[in-house]
Amino acid sequence: MNLSYLLISAALMFVATLVPRFVPFVFIRRKIDSPFWKSFLYYLPYAVLAALTFPYVFYSTGSLPAAAIATAAALAMSYFELNMASVAGISFLIAFGLGFVF
Amino acid sequence: MNTKENYLLGLKKAIPVAIAYLAVSFTFGLAARRIDLPLWFASLLSATNLTSAGQFTGIELLRLGAGYLELSLAVFVINLRYALMSFSLSQQVTIRIKPATRFAMSLFLTDEVFALASEKGSAITPAYYFGLSTLPYIGWQLGTLAGYLLGGVFPTSVIAAAGIAIYCMYIAIFLPPMKKHKGIALAVLAGAAISCGLYYIPYLNKIPMGFRVILAAIAATSIAAAIFPRKTEETEDGDVALKKEESE
Repeated sequence: MNLSYLLISAALMFVATLVPRFVPFVFIRRKIDSPFWKSFLYYLPYAVLAALTFPYVFYSTGSLPAAAIATAAALAMSYFELNMASVAGISFLIAFGLGFVF
Repeated sequence: MNTKENYLLGLKKAIPVAIAYLAVSFTFGLAARRIDLPLWFASLLSATNLTSAGQFTGIELLRLGAGYLELSLAVFVINLRYALMSFSLSQQVTIRIKPATRFAMSLFLTDEVFALASEKGSAITPAYYFGLSTLPYIGWQLGTLAGYLLGGVFPTSVIAAAGIAIYCMYIAIFLPPMKKHKGIALAVLAGAAISCGLYYIPYLNKIPMGFRVILAAIAATSIAAAIFPRKTEETEDGDVALKKEESE
């Protein structure tokens, strides 16, 4: 991989990441009034995270059963509102340990 | 609350995200090293992109020697979900924030920072938002460096298991509010179900990953918003004039 390929690729990736991030925020400068759209925007982040997580989490460690059990553990810990770093850390340890079993 | 207090509050609230970012960007540094990209390039991507899915996809395409158009499109599609968040953000700040400040805020828009900022309930101030962004950004850079430099030290079993970290962060964000809000619970369950449907159903799974996530999120959110519309809240100061304009 030569230098110009890397530099042009880096620039393109920067732009492709930046445009969706700034365009709506900078150019939509009025408040939406409709209850549907308000609710839509309120629920959206949660739906995005759920869609990013499932089913991809099951294939994230190379062992489907280990990842599934670690996911179940993460769901349980989150239900009891353990903080994010602990949830991630303990699930990682479970996935790591079970990776030797399955 | 003044600006400094707001900033510090954000800083503190994002510490768990920063730690999780360390772990995830570590795996990115590792991946970049594995495919023989130079260290400066891995760091440059992390400094300018600040996103997991987009960066992982990007370097995978570079490894395959992809063309510029394919690279740009793939990264753009995966990151299109940020447009939805960016739109949502435009509704959660006071309209007085200047375009330049908005642009600067956009640079740090990630799934986690967005989720934390939205959690606040009241209008998001730039100080609070930049407070939220600071430590995760630093964590992302340090993790990339560490993953690249220390990559050889860790056995592959550790590296493989680390892949689950980012998803557990997502779970820790979306699950607790499901207990209190039926609408959020429905949005999450529908989002997960539709995303799985698009992944497993033949033909539908030919849709690129970025589009699948967007489709699932929009469909699930529409269902939740239709069934559980939120009661309209009192509008903030400064919006009264706009409100009148729109109702005409």
